[in-house]
Amino acid sequence: MEIVNFTPIPAFVGGALIGLSAALLLWAKGRVAGISGIAGGIIYPARGDMDWRIVFVVGLILGGFIYQWVGLGAGVSHIEAVVDTPLLIIAGLLVGIGTTIGAGCTSGHGICGLARRSPRSLVATLSFMASAIVTVFIVRHVIGG
Amino acid sequence: MSNLPRLLAALAAGVLFGFGLSVAQMIDPAKVVNFLDLFGTWDPSLAFVMGGGLLVNAIATPFILRQQKPLFTEFFQIPTRSDIDARLVGGGVLFGVGWGLAGYCPGPLLTSLSFANMDIVTIVVAYLAGTFATRWVLNRPAMAVA
Repeated sequence: MEIVNFTPIPAFVGGALIGLSAALLLWAKGRVAGISGIAGGIIYPARGDMDWRIVFVVGLILGGFIYQWVGLGAGVSHIEAVVDTPLLIIAGLLVGIGTTIGAGCTSGHGICGLARRSPRSLVATLSFMASAIVTVFIVRHVIGG
Repeated sequence: MSNLPRLLAALAAGVLFGFGLSVAQMIDPAKVVNFLDLFGTWDPSLAFVMGGGLLVNAIATPFILRQQKPLFTEFFQIPTRSDIDARLVGGGVLFGVGWGLAGYCPGPLLTSLSFANMDIVTIVVAYLAGTFATRWVLNRPAMAVA
């Protein structure tokens, strides 16, 4: 193992901002900041509580814009996908299918659920972390190695 | 007008979340994949993202849930299930494969639309299609009992 590009301070600050966001949404709106759940509720089925979901997702994108606008995102234009189009499509489908079946993603289970000490979120987080680590191992060191 | 503070709070939470993901550099899938590459070029940074998020949220959540109701709505809507089933684990495993392949989980994926290129649009469309199809299947009457 070789440790690369370790940036603990921005990582921690960014994480704390995400935690603040989740706390704000719970305090003001009584909802959990799970991105897959919030976005999924916009897509299907049609329900009465679309407005705040759309506004939240617009906010996410706006947050990325503000980051670049204040001059922090100098390297953003160089960010590239790590795989080709067919794998991007498969990955996107799997993320959509998996987070819907498993009722949550990194934020809903990993940050919000674990903060409430939910046993379901602990199991889900361990499942997707282990699966992702095995996937990267296979792609980089079995196939790619 | 009672809608306005509620929606402004949702907007502020979204902005804070997207900005936080950007500061944490989770919008760079190469960094995410390196975090998952424990046996190669490991970048432990993202453990600090989760640590920071959990720390703040784990301190704040018990205080918030002790309130009678949220500021701008009538009641808290938090998940209450505690059973572990195959769907939870299977969904997690499928999500993990997708996350490991491309380095995108839903938050960074949607936030990355702020500098949309063709790759990001492609994976966002695939993500939305996967979400729609699965929600449609799970919402059919035959599946509703499960």
